[in-house]
Amino acid sequence: MRAPDNPLLAKGDVLLAVDNVSLGFGGVKALTDVSFDIRKSEIRAIIGPNGAGKTSMLNCINGFYYPTEGRITFKGVKRPKMRPYEAARGGIARTFQNVALFKSMSTLDNIMAGRSIKMHSNFFWQLFRHGPAMKEEVEHRRFVEEIIDFLEIQHIRKTPVGRLPYGLQKRVELGRALAMEPELLLLDEPMAGMNLEEKEDMSRFILEVNQQYGTTIALIEHDMGVVMDLSDRVVVLEYGRKIADGTPAAVKGDQRVIDAYLGVAH
Amino acid sequence: MMDMLFKVFIEPFLFMVEAPDLLIQTLWEGLVSGVLYALIALGFVLIFKASGVFNFAQGIMVVFAALILVGLYEKGVPAFLALILAALAMLVLAMVVERVVLRPLVNQPDIILFMATFGLTYFLIGFGELIFGGSPREMITEQLFLPQGTTEIDAFGGSIRFQHLDIAAAIIASIMIGLLAVFFSKTRIGRALRAVADSHKAALSVGISLNQIWVIVWFAAGIVALVAGIMWGARSGVSFSLQIIALKALPVLILGGFTSIPGAIIGGLIIGIGEKIGEFYWGPLVGGGVETWLAYVIALLFLLYRPQGLFGEKIIERI
Repeated sequence: MRAPDNPLLAKGDVLLAVDNVSLGFGGVKALTDVSFDIRKSEIRAIIGPNGAGKTSMLNCINGFYYPTEGRITFKGVKRPKMRPYEAARGGIARTFQNVALFKSMSTLDNIMAGRSIKMHSNFFWQLFRHGPAMKEEVEHRRFVEEIIDFLEIQHIRKTPVGRLPYGLQKRVELGRALAMEPELLLLDEPMAGMNLEEKEDMSRFILEVNQQYGTTIALIEHDMGVVMDLSDRVVVLEYGRKIADGTPAAVKGDQRVIDAYLGVAH
Repeated sequence: MMDMLFKVFIEPFLFMVEAPDLLIQTLWEGLVSGVLYALIALGFVLIFKASGVFNFAQGIMVVFAALILVGLYEKGVPAFLALILAALAMLVLAMVVERVVLRPLVNQPDIILFMATFGLTYFLIGFGELIFGGSPREMITEQLFLPQGTTEIDAFGGSIRFQHLDIAAAIIASIMIGLLAVFFSKTRIGRALRAVADSHKAALSVGISLNQIWVIVWFAAGIVALVAGIMWGARSGVSFSLQIIALKALPVLILGGFTSIPGAIIGGLIIGIGEKIGEFYWGPLVGGGVETWLAYVIALLFLLYRPQGLFGEKIIERI
Protein backbone atom coordinates (compact mmCIF):
# COMPACT_ATOMS: atom_id res chain seq x y z
CA MET A 1 0.00 0.00 0.00
CA ARG A 2 1.20 3.47 -0.78
CA ALA A 3 2.00 6.12 1.73
CA PRO A 4 -0.93 8.28 2.77
CA ASP A 5 0.78 11.41 1.48
CA ASN A 6 0.43 10.09 -2.03
CA PRO A 7 -3.29 9.90 -2.70
CA LEU A 8 -2.89 8.99 -6.37
CA LEU A 9 -3.52 5.29 -6.42
CA ALA A 10 -2.95 3.16 -9.47
CA LYS A 11 -5.61 0.84 -10.80
CA GLY A 12 -5.73 -2.27 -8.67
CA ASP A 13 -4.32 -0.71 -5.48
CA VAL A 14 -6.43 -1.07 -2.37
CA LEU A 15 -8.64 2.03 -2.12
CA LEU A 16 -10.64 1.02 0.91
CA ALA A 17 -9.99 -1.81 3.34
CA VAL A 18 -12.49 -3.14 5.83
CA ASP A 19 -10.75 -5.03 8.63
CA ASN A 20 -12.60 -7.20 11.14
CA VAL A 21 -15.52 -4.83 11.29
CA SER A 22 -18.35 -5.61 13.69
CA LEU A 23 -21.42 -3.48 14.22
CA GLY A 24 -23.99 -3.96 16.94
CA PHE A 25 -27.15 -2.14 17.95
CA GLY A 26 -27.74 -3.03 21.57
CA GLY A 27 -28.04 -6.80 21.51
CA VAL A 28 -28.48 -7.11 17.76
CA LYS A 29 -25.37 -7.80 15.75
CA ALA A 30 -25.66 -6.42 12.23
CA LEU A 31 -22.09 -7.25 11.21
CA THR A 32 -19.63 -9.70 12.70
CA ASP A 33 -15.93 -9.65 11.94
CA VAL A 34 -16.22 -8.70 8.27
CA SER A 35 -13.04 -8.06 6.26
CA PHE A 36 -12.67 -7.26 2.59
CA ASP A 37 -11.14 -4.63 0.38
CA ILE A 38 -12.18 -2.46 -2.53
CA ARG A 39 -9.53 -1.84 -5.16
CA LYS A 40 -9.05 1.23 -7.29
CA SER A 41 -11.22 1.31 -10.43
CA GLU A 42 -13.02 -1.97 -9.85
CA ILE A 43 -16.71 -2.68 -9.56
CA ARG A 44 -17.20 -4.51 -6.30
CA ALA A 45 -20.55 -6.11 -5.58
CA ILE A 46 -21.84 -6.81 -2.10
CA ILE A 47 -24.57 -9.43 -2.16
CA GLY A 48 -26.46 -11.55 0.30
CA PRO A 49 -29.99 -12.48 1.36
CA ASN A 50 -32.26 -9.90 3.02
CA GLY A 51 -30.97 -8.80 6.40
CA ALA A 52 -27.43 -9.94 5.66
CA GLY A 53 -26.00 -6.55 6.69
CA LYS A 54 -25.22 -5.17 3.23
CA THR A 55 -26.69 -1.71 3.79
CA SER A 56 -25.18 -1.61 7.29
CA MET A 57 -21.83 -2.19 5.63
CA LEU A 58 -22.35 0.75 3.26
CA ASN A 59 -23.51 2.89 6.18
CA CYS A 60 -20.25 2.11 7.97
CA ILE A 61 -18.22 3.01 4.90
CA ASN A 62 -19.83 6.41 4.42
CA GLY A 63 -19.99 7.31 8.10
CA PHE A 64 -23.69 6.95 8.93
CA TYR A 65 -22.64 4.22 11.37
CA TYR A 66 -19.37 3.78 13.16
CA PRO A 67 -18.19 0.17 13.55
CA THR A 68 -18.24 -1.09 17.14
CA GLU A 69 -15.10 -3.07 16.41
CA GLY A 70 -12.53 -3.24 13.63
CA ARG A 71 -11.38 -0.48 11.38
CA ILE A 72 -11.86 0.98 7.93
CA THR A 73 -8.87 2.28 6.00
CA PHE A 74 -9.48 4.68 3.13
CA LYS A 75 -6.64 5.64 0.78
CA GLY A 76 -4.15 4.11 3.20
CA VAL A 77 -5.33 6.18 6.17
CA LYS A 78 -7.16 4.63 9.07
CA ARG A 79 -10.42 6.46 9.35
CA PRO A 80 -11.15 8.25 12.56
CA LYS A 81 -14.71 8.34 13.80
CA MET A 82 -16.21 10.45 11.04
CA ARG A 83 -19.49 12.00 10.10
CA PRO A 84 -21.15 11.35 6.74
CA TYR A 85 -20.40 14.84 5.42
CA GLU A 86 -16.74 14.32 6.22
CA ALA A 87 -16.77 11.05 4.28
CA ALA A 88 -18.44 12.92 1.43
CA ARG A 89 -15.75 15.58 1.45
CA GLY A 90 -13.14 12.81 1.49
CA GLY A 91 -14.47 11.47 -1.81
CA ILE A 92 -17.16 8.92 -0.94
CA ALA A 93 -20.53 9.40 -2.63
CA ARG A 94 -23.57 7.18 -2.34
CA THR A 95 -27.12 6.50 -3.38
CA PHE A 96 -29.82 5.01 -1.19
CA GLN A 97 -31.96 1.90 -1.28
CA ASN A 98 -35.15 3.95 -1.02
CA VAL A 99 -34.26 6.98 -3.11
CA ALA A 100 -33.31 9.93 -0.91
CA LEU A 101 -33.63 13.01 -3.10
CA PHE A 102 -34.49 16.61 -2.37
CA LYS A 103 -38.05 16.16 -3.55
CA SER A 104 -39.17 19.75 -3.85
CA MET A 105 -36.07 20.75 -5.83
CA SER A 106 -35.58 20.38 -9.58
CA THR A 107 -33.34 17.76 -11.16
CA LEU A 108 -30.81 20.48 -11.88
CA ASP A 109 -30.80 21.74 -8.29
CA ASN A 110 -30.53 18.21 -6.92
CA ILE A 111 -27.43 17.57 -8.98
CA MET A 112 -26.06 21.04 -8.20
CA ALA A 113 -26.45 20.16 -4.50
CA GLY A 114 -23.99 17.37 -5.19
CA ARG A 115 -21.50 20.05 -6.21
CA SER A 116 -21.75 21.78 -2.81
CA ILE A 117 -18.47 20.31 -1.60
CA LYS A 118 -16.65 21.61 -4.66
CA MET A 119 -17.84 25.19 -4.23
CA HIS A 120 -15.99 27.54 -1.94
CA SER A 121 -17.03 31.12 -2.54
CA ASN A 122 -17.81 32.87 0.71
CA PHE A 123 -20.99 33.92 2.34
CA PHE A 124 -20.65 37.58 1.41
CA TRP A 125 -20.35 37.08 -2.35
CA GLN A 126 -23.12 34.54 -2.29
CA LEU A 127 -25.39 36.97 -0.54
CA PHE A 128 -25.09 39.30 -3.50
CA ARG A 129 -24.74 36.57 -6.11
CA HIS A 130 -21.89 38.42 -7.64
CA GLY A 131 -18.15 38.25 -8.36
CA PRO A 132 -16.52 34.92 -7.51
CA ALA A 133 -19.81 33.36 -6.45
CA MET A 134 -21.39 33.96 -9.85
CA LYS A 135 -18.35 32.70 -11.74
CA GLU A 136 -18.25 29.58 -9.63
CA GLU A 137 -21.95 28.99 -10.10
CA VAL A 138 -21.57 29.13 -13.89
CA GLU A 139 -18.55 26.84 -13.89
CA HIS A 140 -20.27 24.17 -11.85
CA ARG A 141 -23.44 24.52 -13.82
CA ARG A 142 -21.46 23.50 -16.91
CA PHE A 143 -20.20 20.36 -15.19
CA VAL A 144 -23.71 19.49 -14.05
CA GLU A 145 -25.06 19.91 -17.58
CA GLU A 146 -22.49 17.33 -18.72
CA ILE A 147 -23.79 14.87 -16.18
CA ILE A 148 -27.36 15.57 -17.26
CA ASP A 149 -26.40 14.85 -20.87
CA PHE A 150 -24.54 11.73 -19.87
CA LEU A 151 -27.53 10.33 -17.98
CA GLU A 152 -29.94 11.38 -20.73
CA ILE A 153 -32.20 13.36 -18.41
CA GLN A 154 -32.21 16.70 -20.30
CA HIS A 155 -36.00 16.60 -20.62
CA ILE A 156 -36.57 16.61 -16.85
CA ARG A 157 -33.96 19.22 -16.01
CA LYS A 158 -36.46 21.64 -14.44
CA THR A 159 -38.97 19.15 -13.04
CA PRO A 160 -39.24 18.84 -9.26
CA VAL A 161 -37.93 15.34 -8.67
CA GLY A 162 -40.81 14.39 -6.39
CA ARG A 163 -42.99 14.20 -9.49
CA LEU A 164 -40.70 11.90 -11.46
CA PRO A 165 -41.29 8.18 -11.84
CA TYR A 166 -39.13 5.94 -9.69
CA GLY A 167 -36.71 4.87 -12.42
CA LEU A 168 -35.84 8.46 -13.27
CA GLN A 169 -35.49 9.38 -9.61
CA LYS A 170 -32.85 6.69 -9.27
CA ARG A 171 -31.07 8.17 -12.25
CA VAL A 172 -31.14 11.67 -10.76
CA GLU A 173 -29.78 10.25 -7.53
CA LEU A 174 -26.91 8.68 -9.46
CA GLY A 175 -26.33 12.06 -11.12
CA ARG A 176 -26.15 13.78 -7.76
CA ALA A 177 -23.55 11.29 -6.57
CA LEU A 178 -21.55 11.70 -9.79
CA ALA A 179 -21.55 15.48 -9.36
CA MET A 180 -19.36 14.96 -6.32
CA GLU A 181 -16.68 13.44 -8.59
CA PRO A 182 -16.25 10.70 -6.01
CA GLU A 183 -13.30 8.38 -5.73
CA LEU A 184 -15.56 5.73 -4.32
CA LEU A 185 -19.17 5.48 -5.38
CA LEU A 186 -21.51 3.41 -3.21
CA LEU A 187 -24.72 2.26 -4.88
CA ASP A 188 -27.37 0.69 -2.68
CA GLU A 189 -29.59 -1.40 -4.96
CA PRO A 190 -29.39 0.93 -7.96
CA MET A 191 -31.78 -1.26 -9.91
CA ALA A 192 -34.37 -2.17 -7.30
CA GLY A 193 -37.90 -1.86 -8.61
CA MET A 194 -36.88 -1.16 -12.20
CA ASN A 195 -38.14 -2.82 -15.35
CA LEU A 196 -35.79 -4.62 -17.72
CA GLU A 197 -35.19 -1.63 -19.97
CA GLU A 198 -34.45 0.68 -17.03
CA LYS A 199 -32.09 -1.93 -15.61
CA GLU A 200 -30.20 -2.10 -18.88
CA ASP A 201 -29.87 1.70 -19.00
CA MET A 202 -28.66 1.83 -15.42
CA SER A 203 -26.15 -0.98 -16.03
CA ARG A 204 -24.82 0.92 -19.01
CA PHE A 205 -24.39 4.11 -16.97
CA ILE A 206 -22.59 2.25 -14.19
CA LEU A 207 -20.21 0.59 -16.62
CA GLU A 208 -19.53 3.84 -18.46
CA VAL A 209 -18.82 5.75 -15.25
CA ASN A 210 -16.42 3.00 -14.26
CA GLN A 211 -14.67 2.82 -17.61
CA GLN A 212 -14.60 6.48 -18.64
CA TYR A 213 -13.68 8.05 -15.32
CA GLY A 214 -12.10 5.08 -13.60
CA THR A 215 -14.47 5.58 -10.65
CA THR A 216 -14.36 2.80 -8.11
CA ILE A 217 -17.84 1.45 -7.46
CA ALA A 218 -19.22 -0.69 -4.67
CA LEU A 219 -22.76 -1.83 -5.27
CA ILE A 220 -25.42 -3.82 -3.52
CA GLU A 221 -27.73 -5.64 -5.88
CA HIS A 222 -30.22 -8.47 -5.75
CA ASP A 223 -30.44 -9.19 -9.47
CA MET A 224 -27.86 -11.93 -9.92
CA GLY A 225 -27.67 -11.46 -13.67
CA VAL A 226 -26.69 -7.82 -13.18
CA VAL A 227 -24.15 -8.67 -10.49
CA MET A 228 -22.50 -11.33 -12.64
CA ASP A 229 -22.32 -9.05 -15.67
CA LEU A 230 -21.13 -5.88 -13.99
CA SER A 231 -18.84 -6.73 -11.16
CA ASP A 232 -15.16 -7.59 -11.08
CA ARG A 233 -15.33 -9.13 -7.63
CA VAL A 234 -18.14 -10.09 -5.29
CA VAL A 235 -18.32 -10.31 -1.52
CA VAL A 236 -21.18 -12.36 -0.06
CA LEU A 237 -22.66 -11.67 3.37
CA GLU A 238 -25.08 -13.79 5.36
CA TYR A 239 -26.37 -12.93 8.85
CA GLY A 240 -23.70 -10.25 9.13
CA ARG A 241 -20.79 -12.54 8.33
CA LYS A 242 -18.75 -12.85 5.19
CA ILE A 243 -19.25 -16.26 3.59
CA ALA A 244 -17.51 -15.82 0.25
CA ASP A 245 -15.31 -13.38 -1.63
CA GLY A 246 -14.00 -13.63 -5.18
CA THR A 247 -14.79 -13.37 -8.87
CA PRO A 248 -18.45 -13.71 -9.87
CA ALA A 249 -17.80 -17.16 -11.35
CA ALA A 250 -16.05 -18.44 -8.22
CA VAL A 251 -18.73 -17.07 -5.91
CA LYS A 252 -21.50 -18.51 -8.02
CA GLY A 253 -20.08 -22.01 -7.64
CA ASP A 254 -19.41 -21.70 -3.89
CA GLN A 255 -21.46 -24.22 -1.93
CA ARG A 256 -22.04 -21.87 1.04
CA VAL A 257 -23.40 -19.19 -1.26
CA ILE A 258 -25.74 -21.64 -2.94
CA ASP A 259 -26.95 -22.78 0.50
CA ALA A 260 -27.45 -19.23 1.68
CA TYR A 261 -29.59 -18.35 -1.31
CA LEU A 262 -31.47 -21.58 -1.82
CA GLY A 263 -31.68 -22.69 1.78
CA VAL A 264 -30.28 -25.94 3.04
CA ALA A 265 -31.95 -28.97 4.54
CA HIS A 266 -31.27 -29.25 8.26
CA MET B 1 -81.62 44.74 11.27
CA MET B 2 -81.29 46.42 7.90
CA ASP B 3 -79.52 49.20 9.66
CA MET B 4 -76.94 46.76 11.06
CA LEU B 5 -76.33 45.15 7.67
CA PHE B 6 -75.92 48.59 6.16
CA LYS B 7 -73.37 49.54 8.79
CA VAL B 8 -71.36 46.36 8.24
CA PHE B 9 -71.52 45.84 4.51
CA ILE B 10 -72.18 49.21 2.89
CA GLU B 11 -71.17 52.11 5.03
CA PRO B 12 -67.44 51.31 5.42
CA PHE B 13 -67.05 51.02 1.66
CA LEU B 14 -68.91 54.25 1.07
CA PHE B 15 -66.61 55.88 3.57
CA MET B 16 -63.58 54.51 1.70
CA VAL B 17 -64.77 56.06 -1.53
CA GLU B 18 -65.79 59.32 0.09
CA ALA B 19 -62.47 59.88 1.83
CA PRO B 20 -59.72 58.27 -0.28
CA ASP B 21 -57.05 60.15 1.65
CA LEU B 22 -57.98 58.27 4.82
CA LEU B 23 -58.03 55.01 2.90
CA ILE B 24 -54.54 55.58 1.56
CA GLN B 25 -53.32 56.62 4.98
CA THR B 26 -54.69 53.38 6.44
CA LEU B 27 -53.25 51.29 3.63
CA TRP B 28 -49.84 52.85 4.13
CA GLU B 29 -49.84 52.15 7.85
CA GLY B 30 -50.94 48.60 7.13
CA LEU B 31 -48.19 48.20 4.58
CA VAL B 32 -45.51 49.27 7.02
CA SER B 33 -46.59 46.92 9.76
CA GLY B 34 -47.17 44.24 7.11
CA VAL B 35 -43.57 44.44 5.89
CA LEU B 36 -42.33 44.19 9.47
CA TYR B 37 -44.57 41.18 10.16
CA ALA B 38 -43.23 39.60 6.98
CA LEU B 39 -39.67 40.15 8.18
CA ILE B 40 -40.39 38.49 11.52
CA ALA B 41 -42.27 35.65 9.83
CA LEU B 42 -39.23 35.12 7.61
CA GLY B 43 -37.15 34.45 10.70
CA PHE B 44 -39.54 31.63 11.57
CA VAL B 45 -39.62 30.26 8.03
CA LEU B 46 -35.83 30.03 7.78
CA ILE B 47 -35.50 27.99 10.93
CA PHE B 48 -38.56 25.88 10.20
CA LYS B 49 -37.32 25.01 6.73
CA ALA B 50 -33.87 23.97 7.84
CA SER B 51 -34.62 22.15 11.05
CA GLY B 52 -38.37 21.57 11.15
CA VAL B 53 -38.49 23.48 14.41
CA PHE B 54 -41.09 26.10 15.17
CA ASN B 55 -38.85 28.52 16.97
CA PHE B 56 -40.88 29.93 19.82
CA ALA B 57 -37.86 32.01 20.84
CA GLN B 58 -38.01 34.18 17.71
CA GLY B 59 -39.93 36.90 19.57
CA ILE B 60 -37.53 37.09 22.46
CA MET B 61 -34.64 37.12 20.00
CA VAL B 62 -36.08 40.38 18.65
CA VAL B 63 -36.11 41.87 22.16
CA PHE B 64 -32.72 40.41 23.05
CA ALA B 65 -31.02 41.79 19.93
CA ALA B 66 -32.53 45.23 20.46
CA LEU B 67 -31.58 45.18 24.15
CA ILE B 68 -27.97 44.33 23.38
CA LEU B 69 -27.81 47.18 20.90
CA VAL B 70 -29.32 49.75 23.24
CA GLY B 71 -27.55 48.36 26.28
CA LEU B 72 -24.14 48.58 24.66
CA TYR B 73 -24.84 52.11 23.53
CA GLU B 74 -25.80 53.11 27.05
CA LYS B 75 -22.51 51.66 28.28
CA GLY B 76 -20.71 54.12 25.98
CA VAL B 77 -20.12 52.04 22.88
CA PRO B 78 -20.57 54.08 19.66
CA ALA B 79 -23.89 53.32 17.95
CA PHE B 80 -22.54 51.61 14.84
CA LEU B 81 -20.00 49.57 16.77
CA ALA B 82 -22.85 48.50 19.04
CA LEU B 83 -24.79 47.45 15.94
CA ILE B 84 -21.92 45.26 14.76
CA LEU B 85 -21.43 43.82 18.23
CA ALA B 86 -25.16 43.06 18.46
CA ALA B 87 -24.91 41.18 15.15
CA LEU B 88 -21.91 39.25 16.48
CA ALA B 89 -23.87 38.45 19.63
CA MET B 90 -26.56 36.90 17.41
CA LEU B 91 -23.85 34.79 15.75
CA VAL B 92 -22.65 33.61 19.15
CA LEU B 93 -26.24 32.86 20.13
CA ALA B 94 -26.69 30.81 16.94
CA MET B 95 -23.56 28.80 17.68
CA VAL B 96 -24.53 28.20 21.29
CA VAL B 97 -28.06 27.14 20.33
CA GLU B 98 -26.68 24.71 17.74
CA ARG B 99 -24.17 23.23 20.17
CA VAL B 100 -26.25 23.15 23.34
CA VAL B 101 -29.82 22.72 22.10
CA LEU B 102 -30.01 21.35 18.55
CA ARG B 103 -27.10 18.94 18.40
CA PRO B 104 -27.98 16.94 21.52
CA LEU B 105 -31.61 16.78 20.41
CA VAL B 106 -31.01 15.72 16.81
CA ASN B 107 -33.51 13.09 15.60
CA GLN B 108 -35.84 13.77 18.51
CA PRO B 109 -39.51 14.37 17.73
CA ASP B 110 -40.38 17.92 16.64
CA ILE B 111 -42.39 18.58 19.78
CA ILE B 112 -39.27 18.11 21.90
CA LEU B 113 -37.35 20.65 19.86
CA PHE B 114 -40.33 22.98 20.08
CA MET B 115 -40.32 22.67 23.87
CA ALA B 116 -36.58 23.31 23.83
CA THR B 117 -37.24 26.66 22.13
CA PHE B 118 -39.68 27.43 24.98
CA GLY B 119 -36.83 26.82 27.36
CA LEU B 120 -34.60 29.04 25.26
CA THR B 121 -37.24 31.80 25.43
CA TYR B 122 -37.34 31.84 29.20
CA PHE B 123 -33.59 31.57 29.42
CA LEU B 124 -33.20 34.62 27.19
CA ILE B 125 -35.79 36.57 29.18
CA GLY B 126 -33.95 35.82 32.41
CA PHE B 127 -30.53 36.42 30.92
CA GLY B 128 -31.63 39.68 29.30
CA GLU B 129 -33.14 40.97 32.55
CA LEU B 130 -30.06 39.97 34.49
CA ILE B 131 -27.77 41.98 32.25
CA PHE B 132 -29.89 44.89 31.15
CA GLY B 133 -32.62 45.06 33.76
CA GLY B 134 -36.33 44.93 33.08
CA SER B 135 -37.08 48.59 32.46
CA PRO B 136 -38.17 49.71 28.98
CA ARG B 137 -35.74 51.73 26.90
CA GLU B 138 -35.70 54.06 23.96
CA MET B 139 -34.31 52.77 20.67
CA ILE B 140 -31.27 54.77 19.57
CA THR B 141 -33.03 55.88 16.44
CA GLU B 142 -31.17 59.15 15.94
CA GLN B 143 -27.73 57.70 16.57
CA LEU B 144 -28.28 55.08 13.86
CA PHE B 145 -29.22 57.87 11.45
CA LEU B 146 -32.75 56.65 11.04
CA PRO B 147 -34.83 59.57 9.79
CA GLN B 148 -37.46 61.17 11.96
CA GLY B 149 -40.24 63.61 11.30
CA THR B 150 -43.12 63.43 8.88
CA THR B 151 -43.99 64.48 5.39
CA GLU B 152 -47.51 65.51 4.60
CA ILE B 153 -48.77 65.22 1.09
CA ASP B 154 -51.95 67.01 0.15
CA ALA B 155 -53.91 64.77 -2.15
CA PHE B 156 -57.33 63.18 -2.59
CA GLY B 157 -59.05 66.05 -0.88
CA GLY B 158 -57.08 65.73 2.32
CA SER B 159 -53.56 65.25 3.54
CA ILE B 160 -51.68 61.99 3.95
CA ARG B 161 -48.93 61.75 6.55
CA PHE B 162 -45.85 59.65 5.96
CA GLN B 163 -43.56 59.19 8.95
CA HIS B 164 -39.99 59.12 7.73
CA LEU B 165 -39.22 56.31 10.13
CA ASP B 166 -41.97 54.21 8.57
CA ILE B 167 -40.61 54.85 5.10
CA ALA B 168 -37.14 53.81 6.24
CA ALA B 169 -38.55 50.72 7.97
CA ALA B 170 -40.45 49.65 4.87
CA ILE B 171 -37.41 50.13 2.64
CA ILE B 172 -34.91 48.41 4.93
CA ALA B 173 -37.23 45.50 5.64
CA SER B 174 -37.95 45.09 1.93
CA ILE B 175 -34.23 45.02 1.12
CA MET B 176 -33.61 42.45 3.86
CA ILE B 177 -36.45 40.27 2.61
CA GLY B 178 -35.22 40.55 -0.98
CA LEU B 179 -31.64 39.62 -0.06
CA LEU B 180 -32.74 36.67 2.04
CA ALA B 181 -35.11 35.43 -0.64
CA VAL B 182 -32.39 35.50 -3.31
CA PHE B 183 -29.78 34.10 -0.99
CA PHE B 184 -31.89 31.12 0.00
CA SER B 185 -33.14 30.28 -3.45
CA LYS B 186 -30.20 30.92 -5.74
CA THR B 187 -26.93 30.22 -3.98
CA ARG B 188 -24.97 27.20 -2.81
CA ILE B 189 -25.81 27.74 0.83
CA GLY B 190 -29.43 28.36 -0.09
CA ARG B 191 -29.51 25.12 -2.03
CA ALA B 192 -27.92 23.34 0.91
CA LEU B 193 -30.60 24.80 3.16
CA ARG B 194 -33.40 23.53 0.96
CA ALA B 195 -31.61 20.21 0.69
CA VAL B 196 -31.52 19.88 4.47
CA ALA B 197 -35.20 20.78 4.61
CA ASP B 198 -36.02 17.93 2.21
CA SER B 199 -33.88 15.09 3.49
CA HIS B 200 -31.30 15.03 6.26
CA LYS B 201 -29.61 11.81 5.20
CA ALA B 202 -29.35 12.79 1.54
CA ALA B 203 -27.94 16.17 2.55
CA LEU B 204 -25.34 14.46 4.72
CA SER B 205 -24.42 12.11 1.90
CA VAL B 206 -23.52 14.97 -0.45
CA GLY B 207 -21.26 16.57 2.13
CA ILE B 208 -23.58 19.15 3.68
CA SER B 209 -22.93 19.60 7.38
CA LEU B 210 -26.22 19.92 9.24
CA ASN B 211 -24.49 21.73 12.09
CA GLN B 212 -23.12 24.43 9.79
CA ILE B 213 -26.50 24.94 8.15
CA TRP B 214 -28.18 25.24 11.53
CA VAL B 215 -25.72 27.90 12.65
CA ILE B 216 -26.27 29.79 9.39
CA VAL B 217 -30.06 29.81 9.61
CA TRP B 218 -30.10 30.71 13.29
CA PHE B 219 -27.68 33.50 12.57
CA ALA B 220 -29.83 34.70 9.67
CA ALA B 221 -32.87 34.57 11.95
CA GLY B 222 -30.87 36.49 14.56
CA ILE B 223 -30.04 39.24 12.06
CA VAL B 224 -33.68 39.39 11.04
CA ALA B 225 -34.53 39.71 14.73
CA LEU B 226 -32.02 42.52 15.14
CA VAL B 227 -33.45 44.51 12.22
CA ALA B 228 -37.00 43.87 13.37
CA GLY B 229 -36.00 44.90 16.89
CA ILE B 230 -34.55 48.19 15.69
CA MET B 231 -37.55 49.04 13.53
CA TRP B 232 -40.20 47.97 15.98
CA GLY B 233 -38.26 49.34 18.91
CA ALA B 234 -38.09 52.72 17.19
CA ARG B 235 -41.87 52.77 16.96
CA SER B 236 -42.84 51.49 20.37
CA GLY B 237 -39.75 51.33 22.57
CA VAL B 238 -37.60 48.40 23.59
CA SER B 239 -39.13 46.26 26.29
CA PHE B 240 -39.89 42.63 26.92
CA SER B 241 -43.48 43.17 25.83
CA LEU B 242 -42.09 43.59 22.31
CA GLN B 243 -41.90 39.83 22.02
CA ILE B 244 -45.65 39.57 21.49
CA ILE B 245 -45.19 40.87 17.95
CA ALA B 246 -43.72 37.45 17.27
CA LEU B 247 -47.14 36.02 18.04
CA LYS B 248 -48.46 38.23 15.24
CA ALA B 249 -46.16 36.33 12.94
CA LEU B 250 -48.10 33.16 13.71
CA PRO B 251 -51.20 34.07 11.67
CA VAL B 252 -48.84 35.32 8.96
CA LEU B 253 -47.27 31.87 8.83
CA ILE B 254 -50.62 30.11 8.78
CA LEU B 255 -51.61 32.29 5.85
CA GLY B 256 -48.38 31.98 3.95
CA GLY B 257 -47.39 28.44 4.83
CA PHE B 258 -44.56 27.59 7.20
CA THR B 259 -42.10 26.73 4.46
CA SER B 260 -42.62 29.49 1.92
CA ILE B 261 -40.62 32.70 1.72
CA PRO B 262 -43.03 34.40 -0.75
CA GLY B 263 -45.83 33.17 1.52
CA ALA B 264 -44.32 34.96 4.50
CA ILE B 265 -44.14 38.18 2.50
CA ILE B 266 -47.67 38.06 1.09
CA GLY B 267 -49.07 36.78 4.38
CA GLY B 268 -47.39 39.62 6.26
CA LEU B 269 -48.89 42.20 3.93
CA ILE B 270 -52.37 40.69 4.12
CA ILE B 271 -52.31 40.60 7.91
CA GLY B 272 -50.74 44.06 8.25
CA ILE B 273 -53.12 45.77 5.86
CA GLY B 274 -56.17 43.72 6.89
CA GLU B 275 -55.62 44.61 10.50
CA LYS B 276 -55.41 48.36 9.95
CA ILE B 277 -58.34 48.44 7.55
CA GLY B 278 -60.40 46.33 9.92
CA GLU B 279 -59.55 48.55 12.86
CA PHE B 280 -60.23 51.80 11.09
CA TYR B 281 -63.42 50.94 9.23
CA TRP B 282 -65.08 48.20 11.23
CA GLY B 283 -63.49 48.79 14.62
CA PRO B 284 -65.99 51.47 15.76
CA LEU B 285 -68.89 49.03 15.24
CA VAL B 286 -67.62 46.75 18.00
CA GLY B 287 -66.05 49.43 20.13
CA GLY B 288 -62.53 49.19 18.70
CA GLY B 289 -59.70 46.79 19.50
CA VAL B 290 -60.15 44.84 16.28
CA GLU B 291 -56.43 45.04 15.57
CA THR B 292 -55.56 42.71 18.41
CA TRP B 293 -57.65 39.76 17.24
CA LEU B 294 -58.47 40.16 13.55
CA ALA B 295 -55.23 38.50 12.41
CA TYR B 296 -56.08 35.35 14.36
CA VAL B 297 -59.60 35.21 12.95
CA ILE B 298 -58.23 35.50 9.42
CA ALA B 299 -55.78 32.71 10.24
CA LEU B 300 -58.59 30.56 11.63
CA LEU B 301 -60.60 30.96 8.42
CA PHE B 302 -57.52 29.95 6.45
CA LEU B 303 -57.02 26.88 8.59
CA LEU B 304 -60.54 25.78 7.72
CA TYR B 305 -60.20 26.16 3.98
CA ARG B 306 -56.51 25.94 3.14
CA PRO B 307 -54.53 24.41 5.98
CA GLN B 308 -51.28 24.30 4.04
CA GLY B 309 -51.39 28.08 3.59
CA LEU B 310 -51.25 30.13 0.41
CA PHE B 311 -47.92 28.80 -0.80
CA GLY B 312 -47.22 25.92 1.54
CA GLU B 313 -46.51 22.52 0.14
CA LYS B 314 -49.71 20.59 -0.25
CA ILE B 315 -49.48 17.32 1.57
CA ILE B 316 -50.16 14.58 -0.93
CA GLU B 317 -49.35 11.05 0.03
CA ARG B 318 -48.71 8.54 -2.71
CA ILE B 319 -50.38 5.29 -1.94
